[in-house]
Amino acid sequence: MKAEAPLTIIGGTLVLPQGLRRGAIRCVGDRITAIGDVAPKDTDRVVDATGLIVAPGLVDLGVFAIDKPAFHFGGITRAALMPDQSPPLDRPSAVRYAAQSGKPDLWVHPLVAATRGLDGRELAEIALARDAGARAISTGRQWIADSGVMLRLLRYAAMLNMVVVTHAEDGGLAGNAVATAGEMATRMGLPSAPAQAEALAVARDIALAEIAGARLHIRQVTTLAALDLVHAAKSRGVAVTAGVTPAHFMLSDLALGDFRTFCRLSPPLRCEADREAVIAAIGDGTIDVIASGHDPRGPEDKRLPFADAEPGMAGAETLLPLTLTLVRDGVIDLPRAFMLLAANPARLLGVNAGLLVEGAEADIALIDPERPWIVNSDKMAAAAGNTPFDRQPVQGRVTGLFKGGVKVG
Amino acid sequence: MTTSASPPPPASQSGRYPPGAAAFPHQGLLGIAGLAPHEILFLLDEAEQWVELNRQPQKRDDRLAGLTIINAFFENSTRTLLSFEIAGKRLGADVVNMHAATSSVKKGETLIDTAMTLNAMRADAIVIRHASSGAVRLIAGKVDCPVLNAGDGQHEHPTQALLDALTIRHALRERGDSDSLVGLTVTICGDILHSRVARSNILSLTALGANVRVCAPPALMPEGIEAMRVTPFHDFNAALDGADVVMMLRLQQERMDGQFIPSPREFRHLYGLTLDRLARAKPGVLVMHPGPMNRGVEIDSNVADLVGTSLITRQVEMGVAIRMACLDVLTRRARKLPGWVGPEISGEAWARETGA
Repeated sequence: MKAEAPLTIIGGTLVLPQGLRRGAIRCVGDRITAIGDVAPKDTDRVVDATGLIVAPGLVDLGVFAIDKPAFHFGGITRAALMPDQSPPLDRPSAVRYAAQSGKPDLWVHPLVAATRGLDGRELAEIALARDAGARAISTGRQWIADSGVMLRLLRYAAMLNMVVVTHAEDGGLAGNAVATAGEMATRMGLPSAPAQAEALAVARDIALAEIAGARLHIRQVTTLAALDLVHAAKSRGVAVTAGVTPAHFMLSDLALGDFRTFCRLSPPLRCEADREAVIAAIGDGTIDVIASGHDPRGPEDKRLPFADAEPGMAGAETLLPLTLTLVRDGVIDLPRAFMLLAANPARLLGVNAGLLVEGAEADIALIDPERPWIVNSDKMAAAAGNTPFDRQPVQGRVTGLFKGGVKVG
Repeated sequence: MTTSASPPPPASQSGRYPPGAAAFPHQGLLGIAGLAPHEILFLLDEAEQWVELNRQPQKRDDRLAGLTIINAFFENSTRTLLSFEIAGKRLGADVVNMHAATSSVKKGETLIDTAMTLNAMRADAIVIRHASSGAVRLIAGKVDCPVLNAGDGQHEHPTQALLDALTIRHALRERGDSDSLVGLTVTICGDILHSRVARSNILSLTALGANVRVCAPPALMPEGIEAMRVTPFHDFNAALDGADVVMMLRLQQERMDGQFIPSPREFRHLYGLTLDRLARAKPGVLVMHPGPMNRGVEIDSNVADLVGTSLITRQVEMGVAIRMACLDVLTRRARKLPGWVGPEISGEAWARETGA
C-alpha cells in the first residue's frame, strides 16, 4: 500500500462509544489520530460527510466465504471466517493462508476449527493456529455432540484465552431437519426438529463453559427458550455472549411458503413468537452481536427441492440496512447498533477495531442512513444472490468505506 | 361408444359451475392447498363421466389424441404410474413414462435440467412424482405445460385425495345417502408424519365439510397438525368411536430415519385395524387404504377384504377416472376449448348473472 496523505472526514455525525456527535475525524497512516473538533491540514485528503453518519467499519463475526465486493458494499472491513471451508480450517497453514487472503482492503480473521475435520472428535492444533492468526475457535455449522470433547475444548480455550464460537443445535434432535417443527413444516411436509433443539445445546454449552471458565459465544441464538438461558447465565456472571443474523429477526417460518430455498437456513427459521423474542433480546442486551452469516450459494446449491438445497444466505449487503430497521423501530439506538455490528464482535475477536477512538485502525464507513434502495438478487455485489430479502425495499446504504485510512469503497 | 346407460353430464355442462376456465382457473394441479371447495367438486363431477366410461367394454375417448403426456417418476411407483398411464391412454394421448433414480437427480442441477429437457420435448402435460417435498412446484416453475403432482415427498398427493373423496361419494350414493361429505367423520390412522396422502386428504376432506380425526403414536404425529382443522388422537379406539370412514395408512419405513415405533407387531397391537376395533366405528363404516397395504400390520386381511365395507379396490377404480378428469381439464387451454382461451370469464360475474 502506498503511503497516502492524512485523511480528514468533516461534517458528518460521528458514532462514538459515548454517543453521537457532530464533528470531524482525522487519520494519519492507518490510524485514527484525532476525533471531534479537528480541522484538516492543508495537505490532507478531505472528505465531506455532511448529512452522513461516520461509523466504524463493520466487523462481521461468522462468514462462510471471503466475498470482498459484498463486504465492501455492506461496509464490512473485517470478517471472521468460519472454519467450514474446503478443506476445513483445522491446521495452522490453512489458518495462516486465510488470515492473509483479504489484505490490504479487507481483513480476514479466521476462526480455527475446534476439531480436526470439524468432526467433533479430536481437538485441532488450536495454539499453533492462534499463532498463525486465528482469532477464535469455532465448532462450525454443527455442535460437538460429545460433551466430553466439548468440555476439553472449552478448558483448552480458556487456557489460551480464546473465545469458542458454537453452533447451538442438538444434533440428535436436529437430525436431517430443514425446518422448525410447527404448523408450517407440517403443512409443507418438511423434515423438522423442535425449536428446543437449540435450548438444549445452549444449556449444555453454558454448563460446560461454566465448569471450564471459558468464554463462549453462541453464534446464533434464535429461540425464546435459548435466549432465556443466555440471559440467566449472563446475570450470574458467565462469560457467554450471543449473536444472531438479520434473517431471524426479520423473518419467521412463514417465509418458507412456496418452498423458497433462499430461506433454507441453519438454524432454520422459527415461529413468529421466537422472532419477536429475538428482537426483544436485541433490545435488552441479551444479544451482543449481529452478523451477516454471509454464505453465497449459486443455483447448483439452491435451485433444488427445499430439503436437498444447502443452507445459507448471502447476507453481507443487507446486514446494515436490516439492522437499521431496528433503530427506526426504536428497539435500539444508533450507537448501540454499531456496538452490535462492530465493537462487540471486535472485542470477542480481540482486535483493536470496531470503535472510533484515537489510536484505533482507521476502518471507517460513511453511511446515508435514510437512503432507500431495493434488494435485487440478480444484481448483488455478492458472489451469489441467495438472499431471502429479494425485492424488499430497505433504507440505509454505505456511501464510502475506508480500511486503514485507505478508500476501498 | 357402446353406452348402455347414459353417463351423467360432465360438470362443465351441468350449469352448476361457471363456464370455461373460471370453473378451474389453475394451470396445474400441485396440491389440494390452494383449491377452493367448488374447484374440488368440479373435478369430482368431471370424473363421473369417466367412471361410467371405464365400466364399458369400449373405454376409449379420443379427446386428447395427438397430445403427449410424460409421466416423470423420480420415485418408485407401481399403481399411481399405471393409473396415470391408463388414464392418459384412455383419453387417446401418447403417454411416455420416465423413471429416474432419485440419487441421480440430487446431483447438481439435474432435476431442473430434466424439467427443461421434458419441456423442450413439448410435452402437453407432465405428471411428476418426486421424493422431496416441493420438488414438483420447483419443476412447474420451469416448464410451460400443465404439471400434475403425483406425490412430492411428504407434502401432497392431490389426485389420491380426489379419488378418495370420489370413492366416498360413490359409496354414500350407492347406499342411498346424500353424496355430500358435510358432517361425515373420517378417521385417518397410521404414519401421518411421513404421509403426503394424509396431508392432501386432510385439506380436501376439511374443505368438503368432513370432520377429520388423525390418529398416530406421538413419533408419527406432525407437530401443529391441529392447525389443519383436524382432531389428533393417540388412542385408536377413541378415534374410531362413531367414525363413518376409516382410512388406514402404511408405515413408510423408507422415510424413517431412525426408529419411530418399536416393531410392526407392536404397531399392530395399538394401531392395527382389526374386526374387533372396527366394531367401535359407526355401523356401515367404510374402510379405505391408499395402498400398498401391509396386511397384518396396519390392517388385517379380514378387514381389507370385507365386502361392502372395504373400498380399497374401488379407490383404485376411481383413481383412473379422477386422473382422466384432471388430464382432460388441465389440457383444455392447450386444446383451445371455448371459454378456456381468450378473454377470462369471471366466476363472480357468472354467479351474479345466474344467481348461483
